Amino acid sequence: MKGFWHDAAEFFPILMSGVVLTIVVTIGSLLLSTVLGLVWAMMRVSGIRVLSMLSASLINVIRGIPIIVLLFYLYFVMPDLGVTLSALQAAILGLGIAYSAYQAENFRAGIEAIDKGQIEAAQSIGMGWWLTMRRVVLPQAVRIVLPPYGNVMIMMLKDSSQASTITVAELALQGKLIASSTFKNTNVFTMVALMYLTMSIPLILLVRHFEKRAGKK
Amino acid sequence: MIELRDVHKSFGENEVLKGITASVQKGEVVCIVGPSGSGKSTILRCINGLESYDRGEISVEGLKVDRDAPSIVKVRTQVSMVFQRFNLFPHRTVLENVVEGPLYVKREPRAQALERGRALLTQVGLAEKADAHPPQLSGGQQQRVAIARALAMQPKAILFDEPTSALDPELVGDVLGVMRKLADDGMTMVVVTHEMGFARDVADRVLFIDGGVIVEQGPAKALLNQPQHPRTQDFLRRVLHPL
Repeated sequence: MKGFWHDAAEFFPILMSGVVLTIVVTIGSLLLSTVLGLVWAMMRVSGIRVLSMLSASLINVIRGIPIIVLLFYLYFVMPDLGVTLSALQAAILGLGIAYSAYQAENFRAGIEAIDKGQIEAAQSIGMGWWLTMRRVVLPQAVRIVLPPYGNVMIMMLKDSSQASTITVAELALQGKLIASSTFKNTNVFTMVALMYLTMSIPLILLVRHFEKRAGKK
Repeated sequence: MIELRDVHKSFGENEVLKGITASVQKGEVVCIVGPSGSGKSTILRCINGLESYDRGEISVEGLKVDRDAPSIVKVRTQVSMVFQRFNLFPHRTVLENVVEGPLYVKREPRAQALERGRALLTQVGLAEKADAHPPQLSGGQQQRVAIARALAMQPKAILFDEPTSALDPELVGDVLGVMRKLADDGMTMVVVTHEMGFARDVADRVLFIDGGVIVEQGPAKALLNQPQHPRTQDFLRRVLHPL
């Protein structure tokens, strides 16, 4: 760890540029996975056989493919099919799709945890499917879903490092580049680890807050 | 106003309704009594389409009840339901519970809905609880809110599914009091209940159901005081004198 603070000061700006991309990838794929996950979950609980079976098989396909293979596919194979994505686009798309499966299962569990009597009460005052979802089911499901959602956020922050495999210069890749050119492996990767940890801690606290709130009811 | 003609309903192999034919006139209070598992609640749930039925026909004000048709919304806005377990929305305040249907289903102006919501809460004796959340209320209070929520839809009839069965005994009276007032005001009501005193004093007509068929029906006092059918006699003896 010789000269750690000296190295830290020198490498910090470069690593920070990686942090920015890490955050962009994480937030981008978080939003995408949330939207897709909601769509899959809604299809799953729609009561329409075709939709729910389609969603179930889609989730299984996504779950069965490693994130890294999904990324390679989007970045290296899609151009052969005439769709060229930038590394950043492919990373956000890949991570977003990969995590949409977990989000969907989480959302579905939250929706199905709502008492059937709530849905019947909504129907009995004339609410249709969508209004029942929007006004009665989803607002209550949010409380149940938030703690695991927070955990997914932490996992996504860390898994955004997989974008380094398709040349997105986020934190992990910047660290690797500096380390391989300076051979200061210990100092560089210690910094990288500390920076991931620093980003995770607020999320960990957030999850704890969600859990407390969900438990209070 | 509500017509059932030869209604059949099975859950899997188990036929719970075996040809129910009955009607409820405007302004009438009809109590449905009978042993557990006799199909009483299923009848109510079929009337507003929470449950489908296999054969026969149910109509409300001439409108066929079909839970898969768009017209079911029209049926449900005309026939409200009060549940055994209240089923209030726990994430909304008492007043929000009451105005939810008028605001989001009937799209009434907000001020008008809120004003009527408050008036209804006053009517059920809970005006001061308007901003509380349902879990903070007793069972009896929650059920009265549920009645206010049903009334807020300005229904032509209200279905009560064992409205006092989940309540502590000392809270039953408040809920029955509200229901009795509704009956006096001429509301059309169909009540599944084990409260024989309420049925005798308030109902116009009582249906005794057992094994998925109407065993006996007639004016409340006559049926409950001098039941004709042996099964009715046996049931009433056990309910009224359990020891």
